[in-house]
Amino acid sequence: MKKLIKNGIVVDPERGRKEKLDILIENGKIVRIAEKIEETEDVKIIDVTGKYVLPGLVDLHVHLREPGFEHKETIATGTRAAAKGGFTSICCMPNTDPVADNPSVIRYIQHRSAEEGVIRVFPIGAITKGSKGEEIAEIGMLKEAGVVALSDDGRTVMNSGVMRRAMEYATPFDLTFITHCEDHNLVDNGMVNEGYASMMTGLPGYPAEAEEIIIARDIKLAELTGAKLHIAHVTTKGGVELIRQAKARGVSITAEVTPHHLVLCEEDVLSYDTNFKVNPPLRSKEDQAALIEGLQDGTIDIIATDHAPHAYEEKMVEFQWAPFGIAGLETALPVIITTLVKDGKLSLMDVVKKMSTKPAQILDLSVGGIGEGQEADLVVVDLEWEEEVRVKDLVSKGKNNPFIGWKLIGWPVMTMVKGKIVYQRSGFNAGN
Amino acid sequence: MSRLKRKHLLGLADVSKEEISLILDTAEAMKEVFTRKVKKVPTLTGKTVVSFFFEPSTRTKASFDLAGKMLSANMLSLSGSSSSVAKGESLIDTGKTLEAMGADIIVIRHSAPGAPHLLARYVNASIINAGDGAHEHPTQALLDMFTIKEKKGRIEGLNVLIVGDILHSRVARSNIFGLKTMGANVRVVGPATLIPKDLKNLGVEVYYSLDEALKGADVVNILRIQRERQKKGLFPSIREYHRFYGMNERIISLLKDDVLILHPGPMNQGVEIDPIIALDDRAVIEEQVTNGVAVRMALFYLLAGRGNQNEKIN
Ligand SMILES: [Zn+2]
Repeated sequence: MKKLIKNGIVVDPERGRKEKLDILIENGKIVRIAEKIEETEDVKIIDVTGKYVLPGLVDLHVHLREPGFEHKETIATGTRAAAKGGFTSICCMPNTDPVADNPSVIRYIQHRSAEEGVIRVFPIGAITKGSKGEEIAEIGMLKEAGVVALSDDGRTVMNSGVMRRAMEYATPFDLTFITHCEDHNLVDNGMVNEGYASMMTGLPGYPAEAEEIIIARDIKLAELTGAKLHIAHVTTKGGVELIRQAKARGVSITAEVTPHHLVLCEEDVLSYDTNFKVNPPLRSKEDQAALIEGLQDGTIDIIATDHAPHAYEEKMVEFQWAPFGIAGLETALPVIITTLVKDGKLSLMDVVKKMSTKPAQILDLSVGGIGEGQEADLVVVDLEWEEEVRVKDLVSKGKNNPFIGWKLIGWPVMTMVKGKIVYQRSGFNAGN
Repeated sequence: MSRLKRKHLLGLADVSKEEISLILDTAEAMKEVFTRKVKKVPTLTGKTVVSFFFEPSTRTKASFDLAGKMLSANMLSLSGSSSSVAKGESLIDTGKTLEAMGADIIVIRHSAPGAPHLLARYVNASIINAGDGAHEHPTQALLDMFTIKEKKGRIEGLNVLIVGDILHSRVARSNIFGLKTMGANVRVVGPATLIPKDLKNLGVEVYYSLDEALKGADVVNILRIQRERQKKGLFPSIREYHRFYGMNERIISLLKDDVLILHPGPMNQGVEIDPIIALDDRAVIEEQVTNGVAVRMALFYLLAGRGNQNEKIN
């Protein structure tokens, strides 16, 4: 059956438009966009008056935990959490068990996504075998199997020689390297920002320089090899500056920032609440300001969640034993709208650029737009809708969310993938 | 001020001058109990105090136990090891068990910074931090301040030097927070690898030369050096540490006549302190131990003796 989304305000950075339009969908595709499309008998009307229609969000940095850590999250729960957060495409990191360093694991993920997933899942392959940083993975076969990028996320390939060879080898396969930048020797067992947070809590410090050294190294290696580089979760002022300079030189580099690093800071860990334990750690107010500035001037291209769900009991321990990570898929968009859009730091158009259009472009995913002929991956957002984040409402298995108790606005009320409604907020009526 | 505005003592970072003064004044009254023939008062009759030590510490544990007994509390001691917690034995579960047994106060010593905070969030008893990793050791700092006040008549305006491993020392952290609040000038000295880089932001003077740092110091608090720091490469050798930061015979001429020498114990003689300094009559290391009991009695009294354990003030 055809669907007609009526009276929504369509925000589409690709075509530079933000206007009230109707969208007609048939066979999962957008067939017509116009100011007014007549209602016919065979059409299901979805009236979204006063709400915004955005291209479905695209997240380049998600941990789905399957295979191997199904107690933390599964493809079924993770994709549902994503749909609820307005995401229609996500890229999943390879630090599963087994590590996604070979075609069979990739095929397993694809198979499970087709079976259990509700949105599009694009697997990322490992850079090195077992993500051990020693031998390069079967990059060619990973590409054949359908990976969209390479990453040893969670770990840095510490051996610069291995990293160089991986980049050289992968260049003909045209895969972007997404790098988690952390000099493991410098971090040692650091877990909070070195500075005010480590001084006040007595928890081991994780210096900004540990991140910046590897950002600088990976930029140099990308220049040497011609590899495409995407810096994961930038958190420091110095890191932003390194990326800015590299871009000015013409290096093929992009970068992401997470909602939590934009909104929270090192002072939040003084409570020892393990929901604030994340790698890289929450940084200083000054770093936070630099991240927002980097996002505004385009140095930082996109917002990615680094959705890292953990089982409840794993986080209910002393700070130093708790695993790193925040499960942020469900709250990313409302957090950004409530904190950055509301006070004018970003426009809604910017947000769509940073969370849909641009991430899709970086990995060439052919999603993230609203155009005739394109597949209907859409999210409807109500900027007025205010709701408190409550544990019981979270559909991700990971309840490790630092925004619990926050009142947020700008919630997705409906998410659609290939024209199919995959999420509908309770209280929102999508019509007959 | 006649009562504490808090339910727990998790650290000194957020404790006000009025509260610290109240604790120190109360400790003075408690110390008077020591001079009695029968060193026991009925203040905490019917209250249960649990001491829960995940790290061995003969002296701090004995001090808390004695303080509780002198106030007639029911004392229960438990010990655990931090490794068993890491294996999944939940601190929260144990805390809830103690709560079910009627604990009014739980004294916790733990290797993980923030462990007392975790407990405080999930159980109803008052929590006293008896040392959490490299974070805080508030009762030690309070007894240090009590000793300083007793000997010097004041804290405000004094130059207090802390010597040694500032980075990993809960004693140093609590002392810095408490002393700054009470208006002392705080200095630290130690190897650069053992001093947090942002300490100056707290208004602390940082020195790397012991000779320099000692000039004009009214109080010198010498921290215990842990040999494992040397194994981790944070300083080259014990010999080198002793040469540059050890309180040895050579140092005596640099000390003020009325300087007060403190050490939280147990001492590593020949490492951070030489016997000649420990035996100097300006050292008050044994009195610190006595004062420790008085300060802990004061805290028990203030936290449990006034029926405020059900208030949700933190
Ligand atoms: Zn990462």
